[in-house]
Amino acid sequence: MQLVSLFFTFMLIGAVAFGGGYAMLPLFERMIVDTHGWLSRSLFIDMIALSQVTPGPIAINSATFIGFQIRGVLGAFLTTTALVSVPVALISLVSFNVERFKRSQAVQAIFTGLRPALAGLIFASAYSLSSDTIFDVWTFAAFVVFSLLLIRFRVHPIPIIILGAVFGLLVYSDLLPALPFV
Amino acid sequence: MDPALYKLFFSFLKIGAFTFGGGYAMIPLFEREFVHRYGYLDEEEFADALVICQSLPGVIAINFAVFIGIKLRGGVGALVSGIGVALPSFIIIMVIAAFFFQYIENPYVEAAFTGVRVSVIALIFTAGFRIFRRNRTLFGVFLVALTFVLVAIAYVHPFFVILAMGLFGYVSSKTSEVVDRATR
Repeated sequence: MQLVSLFFTFMLIGAVAFGGGYAMLPLFERMIVDTHGWLSRSLFIDMIALSQVTPGPIAINSATFIGFQIRGVLGAFLTTTALVSVPVALISLVSFNVERFKRSQAVQAIFTGLRPALAGLIFASAYSLSSDTIFDVWTFAAFVVFSLLLIRFRVHPIPIIILGAVFGLLVYSDLLPALPFV
Repeated sequence: MDPALYKLFFSFLKIGAFTFGGGYAMIPLFEREFVHRYGYLDEEEFADALVICQSLPGVIAINFAVFIGIKLRGGVGALVSGIGVALPSFIIIMVIAAFFFQYIENPYVEAAFTGVRVSVIALIFTAGFRIFRRNRTLFGVFLVALTFVLVAIAYVHPFFVILAMGLFGYVSSKTSEVVDRATR
């Protein structure tokens, strides 16, 4: 039964996952963490970090990790296959009629509403995930600095993850004397 | 010129195994491999493939692999390409996931991950901000805010919000077309 609902959940996510990797996170969070409780919120965030520092598509990394956590290799195979099932069917259909799809006004019209919605969805995900993650002055300051580095100075995600690990080690372990406000 | 299946497989496997940062980071590598290096596609075919893969739901890298695979070698080509690009992630992630819990209890690992989680929030925020920056019309900002409130505050399921916003975009475009025609 769990395998069936695992497959169905990931198929649904894949069917509406416009915009790639990050735009899928709100769907993952709501269905995997909230509805089914297959993964805790902090493990979900750790999973995103792992997806960033390993090669490959982020959504495939996420689906594999979640599936493997829940039901081992079979679970990982099932979630990954389910995630791509609907899009692959659509791509196959479109590939027979590329010209018509390209000129389609309907596709462009749908995206005028979808594009801003994706930004809103991703912000919603950042907001709900931040509740356990940004919990004091130091984590808030780190968030501001990391965001500036990413947006203003176009720093690659991997150095930002490494910087986060160094920040965590210095502030939240006993390597250095305790900082105020921790 | 049809590429051999094993060549197609290894081209996608290589890109899947060595590209960090997800599907978007793979696009320039796909272009170099398939357009410039092997000439399987010309620039225009590549651009078409890109538009199509981004207009459909799903994992961009997989969409791309399947589309190119079908174009070059039909259904078997799609299967070989899709598996090629996903296989490295699939194996690497399972190996890491298998060992992950042995170390997460360690206080130093836990401290490091406390910081890494902040990095992740910054990465997610940045991804949203980049899309937001390209939609700074009044209508765009309104839709960003509306989606945020619906999902984060009113706790509406993202699935329905995505469907509603797509429908809304479609209807509002059609309506403005009708109004244009009527007022011309």
